[in-house]
Amino acid sequence: MVINTEGLSFTFGNQQVVKSVSLRVPAGSIYGFLGPNGAGKTTTIKLLLNLLRPESGSIHIFDQELQANREAILGQTGSLIEQPAIYAHMTGRENLKNRAMLLQVPTIRVNEMLALVQLTAAADKKAGRYSLGMKQRLGIALALLSNPKLLILDEPTNGLDPNGIIEMRELLIKLARDHGKTVFISSHMLAEINKMATHVGIIHQGKMMFQGSIEELEALNQPRVQIELAGKTDEATALLNANGYNIADAKTNNLFIAYQSKEQMGQINALLNQNGFIVYSITKVQKDLETLFLAITQKAGA
Amino acid sequence: MKGFILSLRSEFYKSRKTLGFWGSIVLPLLIVGLVFIGYATHKFDANTTKMPGMMLWLGYVAIVTAIMGNLLLPFYVIFIAYSVNSIEHKADTWKTLFTLPIAKWWVYAAKYFYTLFLLFTCLFLFYGLLICTGNLLGILKPELHFADYSVAAYLGQLYLKLFLASLGILSIQFLLSLLWGDFLKPMGIGFLGLIAGWITLGVKWQYVYLIPYAHPNMVWANLQAATKTVKSKTIGAMPNFTIEIFTREVWVSLVFAAVIFVAGFFIVQRKSVK
Repeated sequence: MVINTEGLSFTFGNQQVVKSVSLRVPAGSIYGFLGPNGAGKTTTIKLLLNLLRPESGSIHIFDQELQANREAILGQTGSLIEQPAIYAHMTGRENLKNRAMLLQVPTIRVNEMLALVQLTAAADKKAGRYSLGMKQRLGIALALLSNPKLLILDEPTNGLDPNGIIEMRELLIKLARDHGKTVFISSHMLAEINKMATHVGIIHQGKMMFQGSIEELEALNQPRVQIELAGKTDEATALLNANGYNIADAKTNNLFIAYQSKEQMGQINALLNQNGFIVYSITKVQKDLETLFLAITQKAGA
Repeated sequence: MKGFILSLRSEFYKSRKTLGFWGSIVLPLLIVGLVFIGYATHKFDANTTKMPGMMLWLGYVAIVTAIMGNLLLPFYVIFIAYSVNSIEHKADTWKTLFTLPIAKWWVYAAKYFYTLFLLFTCLFLFYGLLICTGNLLGILKPELHFADYSVAAYLGQLYLKLFLASLGILSIQFLLSLLWGDFLKPMGIGFLGLIAGWITLGVKWQYVYLIPYAHPNMVWANLQAATKTVKSKTIGAMPNFTIEIFTREVWVSLVFAAVIFVAGFFIVQRKSVK
């Protein structure tokens, strides 16, 4: 595991914002760290970067304890926290040169990074005059400058236009796939993470609600059969129950049963028709990921 | 230590296009330059041309040092302390600095010492320019007897003391500028401190040496005392002055600087995680 935390907790004032979080981030993965605003994502990231000291629990990065090996770990980690930290009075190139100086990185990397994030043409323009998307790209270039093994990015697509989001996604996928980097990326948008992540952690009100591969998350999303009736749903429920079909959910004139097969759908339809129920529609449905995300996070709130 | 040097280089790189950095160079050039032009273009009467070199030097130095020590130096210190810290406040980069693979202590210490370096550069330029322009006046206007006396050692002591006496204010202002990103709060508090310093010095309060904002003015009083001594001497007698550098106000200034330097580290650590 590149990142491994055990029982990580942190309290701001009298509010516990991170509650016993145990992260498992495998090497070479793109780990999407999801949660609504205020869920504790940025605080967790600050704990991972040693900006905050955990109240309890442990943090191991590259199998080394963070506090004791801070400089060695940070030397292999690139990060972007909240908005990119850019000196507005300096050009994009100067911002990179300054960081290269601090990280003792050869200045040739500056040009490479500018090309990678497509800022070569604007390299000598003051960073204060950059658009939000350009600033975000410069932030990524700063994070990548030392060629780190681990990238920790806090909401890096904030403020990017759709093209910018696609470019960022492709860049991160390329870094993980072709260069073996591990990317830990926080977001509040599951749809965005779903397009690139190999692993997902969902945090809500400081607690981890789910952690696993993207396949494991999708496995939670079992398809169902939605039956739309003209009425008499209570009687239809009784009939289906008597025939061994468990009703998973019921809404006005709609019943939901766990999906098994097409044949099962036909049998249900026939059973209802034979017993005088009018079926308007019978469909296989799947929760979209946003609904799944909401279901997972609302479960915590309940 | 390597982290400290890297951070110090970065501070220079970041600030080299800011007003804080250029102020340290322009301020001495401007003030000494104006006084020099005034001397170079003024037609002096016989009383002045008869003056011994020492009197001329002390008069020349006093004009610049009065403006600097009494008024400009405290304001300049308030400004550079703000300028160095505001670079990080504006860019919200404290947290980025503390995620570098460099010990947090070195990152902070480099910023503090860079501020000290700017103050030192400014005062050193004042010293160097005063000596150079004074000697130049001796060449351009031989009727003024600047060449008869060397004020270099005395002036060096005076400006070293001015530097040490400013460290207390510098540290307080550095801390205030760490706490607040805007200019008005540190400037307002600094201005109140200066007024307190002027009043307590004016009424000769016995504990005035405990107020850092009064310290540069107290150094200026050293120069006034020297000028009075010279006036009481007969023409031709040229005593060598020395200044007692480590007086109690300088010790108080150094203690303030040391304590606040350490306290500032803990404050900046909290700042980085807001």
